[in-house]
Amino acid sequence: MAANTDQLLANARNLRAAAGSDYHDTLMASIYADAEQIAERAVTVEGQRGRFDFDRTLDRILTSKMWGFPAMLALLMGVFWLTIAGANVPSQMLGTLLLEHGYNALHQLAAAINMPAWLSGLLIDGVYLATAWVIAVMLPPMAIFFPLFTLLEDFGYLPRVAFNLDRLFHRAGAHGKQSLSMVMGYGCNAAGVVATRIIESPRERLIAIITNNFSICNGRWPTLILMGTIFIGAAAPPLLASFVAAGSVVAVAVIGIVVTLLVSAFLSRTWLKGETSTFSLELPPYRPPRIWQTVYTSLIDRTLIVLWRAVTMAAPAGAVIWLSSNIYIGDMSIAGHMVQWLNPFGLLIGLNGIILFAYIVAIPANEIIVPTILMLTMTLGTAAAGAQAGVMLELEDAQVYGVLTQLGGWTLLTAVNLMLFSLLHNPCSTTILTIWNETKNLKWTAVATLLPLGLGFAVTFATATIARTLGWV
Amino acid sequence: MTVQGASAHAAACATCPMYNGAQLTRLGINMTDWDFVVALAGNPNTGKSTVFNALTGLRQHTGNWPGKTVVRAEGGFLYGDKRYKLVDLPGTYSLLSTSADEEVARDFILFGQPSVTIVVVDATRLERNLNLALQVLEITDRVVIALNLMDEAKRHGLRVDERRLARDLGVPVVPMAARQGEGVQDLLKAVAEVASGAAVTRPHRVRQRDPQVEQAINQIAGQVERAFPGLPNARWVALRLLDGDESIEQAVREGTLGQLVQQKSPEPLPAIRLELEAVS
Repeated sequence: MAANTDQLLANARNLRAAAGSDYHDTLMASIYADAEQIAERAVTVEGQRGRFDFDRTLDRILTSKMWGFPAMLALLMGVFWLTIAGANVPSQMLGTLLLEHGYNALHQLAAAINMPAWLSGLLIDGVYLATAWVIAVMLPPMAIFFPLFTLLEDFGYLPRVAFNLDRLFHRAGAHGKQSLSMVMGYGCNAAGVVATRIIESPRERLIAIITNNFSICNGRWPTLILMGTIFIGAAAPPLLASFVAAGSVVAVAVIGIVVTLLVSAFLSRTWLKGETSTFSLELPPYRPPRIWQTVYTSLIDRTLIVLWRAVTMAAPAGAVIWLSSNIYIGDMSIAGHMVQWLNPFGLLIGLNGIILFAYIVAIPANEIIVPTILMLTMTLGTAAAGAQAGVMLELEDAQVYGVLTQLGGWTLLTAVNLMLFSLLHNPCSTTILTIWNETKNLKWTAVATLLPLGLGFAVTFATATIARTLGWV
Repeated sequence: MTVQGASAHAAACATCPMYNGAQLTRLGINMTDWDFVVALAGNPNTGKSTVFNALTGLRQHTGNWPGKTVVRAEGGFLYGDKRYKLVDLPGTYSLLSTSADEEVARDFILFGQPSVTIVVVDATRLERNLNLALQVLEITDRVVIALNLMDEAKRHGLRVDERRLARDLGVPVVPMAARQGEGVQDLLKAVAEVASGAAVTRPHRVRQRDPQVEQAINQIAGQVERAFPGLPNARWVALRLLDGDESIEQAVREGTLGQLVQQKSPEPLPAIRLELEAVS
């Protein structure tokens, strides 16, 4: 049997060698020829009609060298503007409902059944408040952002984005399909990493995996939107505030694309040298989106699933935060020790110890960054605010601004650097695990984890140094 | 007028959930003890996931861009009195296994030995889509072609003759507009017939124009048949070996190809000789 098969393989190899190098092409050419013949017999064209022309006209604008990128930015701007402007009111209503009424009702209930203070603190001030915060902050923007994004996807716009970016990726020595996995990463980096399976060459696939983290995922949009709204939008005249806020979020997303290209170019010229593959990208026809179905499925499949993940992460994180700020070692809580230890480095890169500690707590889920920062700032901030240790209170945008600037000593630089750091830091634990599953390689998993973090430190250090040298802060 | 009315009525019936409900029970992910395994293959962005959702009642996310499904999804449905397990394969342009997603699709069709493979084909881009369909037909003869996006083809002024296509390909061809739920009943019927062996297929095999290549294929195919008697797709294996396909070379060397012989699919019932044409 073994001799039999060895003989067979040797024969095949000899025949292949005898036929020369174009065997593959000959075989493929036969398939193409048959396909052409069969298709020709089956299809009759009854004259061109309008829709073809509509598609072409639209593509001439959306994928043109001149208008492709402006159109892309305008669409992104539109989506974020609608998200920011539309989420404001429902966010405040949810905040009042969950954080004011719900919180007070639960405390009254706890008092009525004589719950011990440490238990009600852990459950209500820790677990409940963290969860409620995440829902109030995340649900409204996501309920607007995801259906809008899904409508664009259903319409057929995403492959056009990939088409526009393909040229740039090619120049960076990466695979054009990386633009598809990058776009997928805007939803979730773990999904984006899995999506790199469409890339044939292992070299280019690794580049796509390592750089996927520069696509801002669900968990990070809320941080950007909040920072953009209360620090950057607020610095503009009220009429333009939501535009400027949306613009700052888009700017961070664009920086993400630039970093993706730069890092891809760097990797493909150093550790991951090699040929760039060619591929053909199909531009599917524009399809009228089925609006209600899209809204329904994106609410169920994306918004609620992402929110559920955030909630399941926020609940234990809330407990950890409450415990770490209520268990004392010496005269300071655990959180206090950590923040004090991280503070010098944090301030050096234009952030602070609280932000860095929050990023450690939030490794399982970036969604809880903002609540964690706010809560720790209120309990550990320089001035006495009267808040209990580890309690996240209901706050409106203006109050959030007040807490951060007065208690936390934040400046515009802190907000800008937090936005940059939100783009450039280690992937969440789910994504790291996915990278390990896809590569099964410790070295590349470590690179994909630490490279963005190193970049984040470098970039924030640079902006902080520049801002301080020029005397802006 | 009456004829038109009748056909409009029939079309309305086929998309009505009550009509579907009569024979199709969507089992979602509940799929123990299935009778048949059905694979769902096709080019990217042809509506595979939409067909998958229509049959299983699951809500796999669908999107208008190629490369959306890269892992396989599974679901079940009950049709007639048979239970089917449906496997949604990643969308690929070929089965040459140059990337991870192509390998997933090919390995499943080759080693998973599905009772039926549905190839979802975009009617507006028939020629390119047939490249994949022809490659699937080289591996297995138990194929049903779902000629999807017929509504779009109509809008673009294309008329696709599904009977002609079925005759040329030698397998059932079902015209569909899966997004609107049209053609699902016909697809189920065709799948059931191929699965039970009631429909006999005579798949088109790609002709090699170069006599030297044809000779080489025949020679190697003969040797493959001798090494693995009863192998259903010796010719395809020969093609892949001549193309220097490492994973098939490995399957030959390690004898994994031989396993394909043992799990033989049930003999088709010879009694019913079905005229092969589109179920319409």
